[in-house]
Amino acid sequence: MGDCDVSLHDLQVVAAAHDASTADAIDGITPRWVAEPASVEEASALLALAHRHALGVAPRGGGSKLSLGNPPTRLDLILSTRRLDRIREHAAGDLVAVLEAGVPLARAQEGFCEAGQWLAIDPPEDGATIGGIIAANASGPHRPRYGSMRDLLIGLTYILPDGTVAHSGGKVVKNVAGYDLGKLFTGSLGTLGLIAQATVRLHPLPAVRRAIIVDLADAGRLGEAVQLILHSTLVPGVCDADLTEGARLTLLFEGVEPGVAAQVEEAVRLLAPLGNAEPADVPAVSQPHVEHHPDDLTIKLCVPVAALALLASYLVSLTQDQKLPWRIHGQAASGIFYLEGRVETEQAPAIIAEVRRQAASLGGWATLQRALPEVKRASGDVWGDGGDALPLMRRVKERFDPGNIMNLGRYVGGL
Amino acid sequence: MSDRDRLIQRMLAALGPDGVISAREQLRTYECDGLTSYRVIPSLVVLPRDATEVQATVRICHEEGISFVARGSGTGLSGGALPVEDGVLVVLARMRRILEVDIPNQRVTVEPGVINLWVTQEVAPQGYYYAPDPSSQLVCSIGGNVAENSGGAHCLKYGFTTNHVIGLEVVLPNGELVHLGGKALDAPGYDLVGAFVGSEGTLGIATKITLRIVRQPETVRTLLAAFGSMAEAGGAVSAIIGAGIIPAAVEMMDALSREAAEAAVHAGYPEGAGGLLIVELDGPAAEVEHQFEAVERFCRENGCTEIRIAADDAERVLMWKGRKAAFAAMGRVSPDYYVQDGVIPRTALPRVLQRIADLSAQRGLRVANVFHAGDGNLHPLVLYDDAVDGEAERAEELAGEILLACLEQGGSITGEHGVGFDKKKYMADMFSATDLAVMQLLRCAWDPEHRCNPGKVFPTPRLCGEVPGPYRQHPLERAGLAERM
Repeated sequence: MGDCDVSLHDLQVVAAAHDASTADAIDGITPRWVAEPASVEEASALLALAHRHALGVAPRGGGSKLSLGNPPTRLDLILSTRRLDRIREHAAGDLVAVLEAGVPLARAQEGFCEAGQWLAIDPPEDGATIGGIIAANASGPHRPRYGSMRDLLIGLTYILPDGTVAHSGGKVVKNVAGYDLGKLFTGSLGTLGLIAQATVRLHPLPAVRRAIIVDLADAGRLGEAVQLILHSTLVPGVCDADLTEGARLTLLFEGVEPGVAAQVEEAVRLLAPLGNAEPADVPAVSQPHVEHHPDDLTIKLCVPVAALALLASYLVSLTQDQKLPWRIHGQAASGIFYLEGRVETEQAPAIIAEVRRQAASLGGWATLQRALPEVKRASGDVWGDGGDALPLMRRVKERFDPGNIMNLGRYVGGL
Repeated sequence: MSDRDRLIQRMLAALGPDGVISAREQLRTYECDGLTSYRVIPSLVVLPRDATEVQATVRICHEEGISFVARGSGTGLSGGALPVEDGVLVVLARMRRILEVDIPNQRVTVEPGVINLWVTQEVAPQGYYYAPDPSSQLVCSIGGNVAENSGGAHCLKYGFTTNHVIGLEVVLPNGELVHLGGKALDAPGYDLVGAFVGSEGTLGIATKITLRIVRQPETVRTLLAAFGSMAEAGGAVSAIIGAGIIPAAVEMMDALSREAAEAAVHAGYPEGAGGLLIVELDGPAAEVEHQFEAVERFCRENGCTEIRIAADDAERVLMWKGRKAAFAAMGRVSPDYYVQDGVIPRTALPRVLQRIADLSAQRGLRVANVFHAGDGNLHPLVLYDDAVDGEAERAEELAGEILLACLEQGGSITGEHGVGFDKKKYMADMFSATDLAVMQLLRCAWDPEHRCNPGKVFPTPRLCGEVPGPYRQHPLERAGLAERM
């Protein structure tokens, strides 16, 4: 348990803070307080205080991905970045921007769009902040073309759990000075410290975007279709698949008009033996919006792309055999799939274990990204197997967070 | 038996007689890498043939308390493979097998000694290539590329080594073997692949590297444009980037570097040009044609005096020949040169070029400018004559001032060559003491005993506190050169 000597008042001396409610719970664990620092200095002082009193801390941005990770083993303080929400700089001429961690992606994109640019990341969660997207390594449909935040982050200001403020990277895209701690922090789920500010590289907004949908005869054709696209000279911005009903491939081409028109034509021709292509609405493609029921679980599967044919068939037969009303969709060209839907709590652990085995046999892995706490607890480590690098990861964690206060128990191997 | 004799015996037992070099005259061969101004003869050189031998080597070093430095082709420009005097140099050049080519997954797995260009040559027949293309790609190794996070002319569009390494097998400094990443994306846990790439050989030795290969584009179009001045050439680049075009490469050369390149390789560059641009676009044909027309227009609108468009692959190669040979070509116009690797925000280019010109005049030394105009990575080549007393020192000082000018503009001290030994002294100008101390926490997790390529990257090594086992004073502590955290 954290120190009993700390009171709300102690926190409020440092930054805005209030008592937490059950609405602030993570996996059913309600913290004691929520603090909302308005500056890096306040955030630093808060963490220093938390460190001194061994409080369990969980950073929170838009709260859109709190379901990630194992249930916390201790949670005293939510460190909210809601007020760390300034867009510090947008150097349009250099295609670079500096954002505080609490800036909602949607707001940042509005500003970038006005200059004919965008941050090439499109995770589906509403209200996601830049800090949370980095910490969770969230990505969306444009993943195959632009990579994830690890490929878009060029500089970082972060605060260690003991309050130390430090920087890595810089403001230029090309930079190999020092260790790339931006990559270390990407996907670290706040376990190494708080991401306070991020410098990101931007891309020009394409002039034209056009989407097509191809309905394939069956899920088994998906692998073939993706291989055709990958080995062609087409460069789709999006190559998504949806296996919920049938097997649908969505392609988005973007750029200058003649280039887009030619690629759409070529894609239709290329895939014709496998299915007919129809034009699709672009907004629906590039901003998928999925409603989550509180009981839903989400499993993220990552496999090498050549395993898509086997994976697709397996997933469809799984949902049919087990009568699971699940959505199956993802970035096919990246080998990333999401299974989402409801399942009886008693059935869940066995199904999750089976999906994990299947992913492993295909050379990939499966992570339980969202589930009821009781399902998580019954399913082992939600992240799956940390591999033989887990002891090394533990040593990294111990160096950055020797007091072990950040997101206790939530990360892989219970780090 | 001395410590060294015991070390030699153990290495011989592990690697066999042709895996160990101990005779001083032969050790000399390895005393420096591509940065020839610093030379250190290692105590021993070993040449492992596979991961097991690398592990054995590192384990022996760990048990004997000896430092080690890994070396690929020895072409690095920052002294990253500069040996440690009492240490072992682990040369990976014998580990040169391409282990797996997996076209359906667009992955190639190689040993660290594989030469960069071999990867492309291996997959070219199937229509693929390996995108990071440092100018030394004919000779530099993938292992070295991983250590430095090497770039190249095409990294503006395609990214750097770190964007193309998907998985690693690494021997840690304590001899443990770990597997990081894999063929699929988003492996659970910390992105240790991302932490390792660019760590300049200070965290361990990579023994297998899984790379991402890229489909050859449908079309490649290259043009060469001559301008009266660098300012005009820079204007054209701004117009291109401002129009939302991301070329595959945009390279700029000034008059001096053009002269040298011309003298060396006779690429036929337009005479008298104050600034030369090479712009390359690649991608789907219709897109490239459309954008190429715009690029041509921007060049003309910004005062270009001559445009040449490569009609075929042979002409394209010739256009690039001069640029790729630029450093080596400096030998035609100067006995010696010192190459720098600073980065600036692209929009600061005119200011910094002016500053370099001013500094050059002040110091009385010529500076040739060759750079990746698209991403602001400058390679100022400070020309000097070592035979003239004090000129080498002045050249180094001028190179340092140029780096500081880059930092003033919010840039970096190194875009692709790495910090190594050469630029340690500037790290404190770019990062605070806290920043550097925190970075070294990462190092402590991988190499708590500070034996893996010590003396590189960080100006003040910080030793790592709790290290299991009996306390042994580190030679750096003894020499008063390090503090224990």
